[in-house]
Amino acid sequence: MAMDAREIERLIKKAIPDAAVEIRDLAGDGDHYAATVVAESFRGKSRVQQHQMVYAALKGSMGGALHALALQTTIPEGH
Amino acid sequence: MSIHQFIDQQLKSHDVVLFMKGTPQFPQCGFSGQVVQILDYLGVPYKGVNILDSDELRQGIKAYSNWPTIPQLYVKGEFVGGCDIIREMFQANELQNLLKEKGVKLAERA
Repeated sequence: MAMDAREIERLIKKAIPDAAVEIRDLAGDGDHYAATVVAESFRGKSRVQQHQMVYAALKGSMGGALHALALQTTIPEGH
Repeated sequence: MSIHQFIDQQLKSHDVVLFMKGTPQFPQCGFSGQVVQILDYLGVPYKGVNILDSDELRQGIKAYSNWPTIPQLYVKGEFVGGCDIIREMFQANELQNLLKEKGVKLAERA
C-alpha cells in the first residue's frame, strides 16, 4: 500500500502547476512522507484550503494508499 | 440521529472538539497524541471524540470537513485543521490567538 515519492510529486504538480514540491521519505518505508509545497496559487487561501488543494490533487490517496504525509504549504516570498 | 447530526451536536455542545484516534488519556495514534499534548499544554478545555468507536463516524467526519485524515480540531464549530496545521499554528502562537479571539477560556497555569 505504499506510494512512490515521485508519484506524489507528479500528482501535486499536475493539479497545481505552479507548485514547487519537496518530498522527504521519513522512515524509508515509502509510507511516511513529509512534503513542502510552495505555490503562488495558495495566495489568499487559508491553511486548511491550501492543504485541501493538495489532498484533492492526491485524489483520495491520502489516508488510503498514502498513510502519512506531513504537509507544509507556503506562498513564495518576494514578488 | 444521522452521523452528520451527531457531529453537529458535538460541535454545538462544546467550544473545542478534537476528533481523534483513541482518547485524550490514551491516544492511539501519534498524530492525535501530538494535538492532545498541545491542547493540554495550553490548558484548553476540550471534548475528545474517539472515531475508532464507530466506522460510520470515522468516515462521516472526513466527509463533514472535506478532510481525509484524523485528528481534526474544531473551535466554536469551525474546522481549524489537522495535526500539521495545529502544530504550525501553535509554534507561531496563532492557535493561542485564535482561541483568545474566539473567547475560549484557558485554564490558569501555575
